[in-house]
Amino acid sequence: MSVKLSTRQVGDVAVIDVAGRITLGEGSSALRENLRDMVSKNQKKILLNLGEVSYIDSSGIGELVSGFTTVTNSGGQLKLLNLNKRVKDLLQITKLYTVFDVHEDEAGAIRSFA
Amino acid sequence: MGDLSRPRPESVERSLDSTLESVDQAEDLALGVARRAGFDEEDLIKIGLAVRESMVNAVVHGNRYNTNKKVRFSVSMNASRLTVRIADEGEGFDYAHLPDPLTPENLLRTSGRGIFLIRSFMDDFHARRLEPGGTEVTLVKFAVSK
Repeated sequence: MSVKLSTRQVGDVAVIDVAGRITLGEGSSALRENLRDMVSKNQKKILLNLGEVSYIDSSGIGELVSGFTTVTNSGGQLKLLNLNKRVKDLLQITKLYTVFDVHEDEAGAIRSFA
Repeated sequence: MGDLSRPRPESVERSLDSTLESVDQAEDLALGVARRAGFDEEDLIKIGLAVRESMVNAVVHGNRYNTNKKVRFSVSMNASRLTVRIADEGEGFDYAHLPDPLTPENLLRTSGRGIFLIRSFMDDFHARRLEPGGTEVTLVKFAVSK
């Protein structure tokens, strides 16, 4: 299975629920396109819910970084929600855990957007 | 479920196409051998990711998806270790001098973490140039952690 993305709006925050595998190919490119589309539509507050992500590789990590940079450079904020152990371990090993604003509950994540 | 104190010896070899499907195939083959040998879930996750990253390097960077080039893949288990070898037919790669993805200037790069993750997750990793061309990487996971 590749990746499944669905977007919902909670106030002025776009929550992208990500499920499946964010790996090189279909998975990582789908995430990239989704985030670029959001930025092009001037969406400034984006919360990536990774709770249903079963697998991520270095390409997937690269897309998270790329998305973060793109959104930040456009004056927006990209935050992460519900990291499972695998994703959290990868972000910690690659020293990216402290780069992202990571949350464990959605309500708190929504409130944290400026 | 295998017993790592007496792992089941096994060896698998394949000649794979330079496609992303082959990355999945190699990962499945390696995990099959590792699972039968008795590696636990945490080690299986690490082995799977390391194999995946190595295969992506071979398919994407080594062979550049060239349908005329193959990736030689092998995974074997003996009494003490799981060994994976992946060889491409590319132009070669300098594995000894790679940018450190953890430095501040590289941290937000969108690529360049694959080898670092392989080295983090496996007990041993080395690469060598092949004659007349290509690169072979060897990944090792010990049955008993050092």
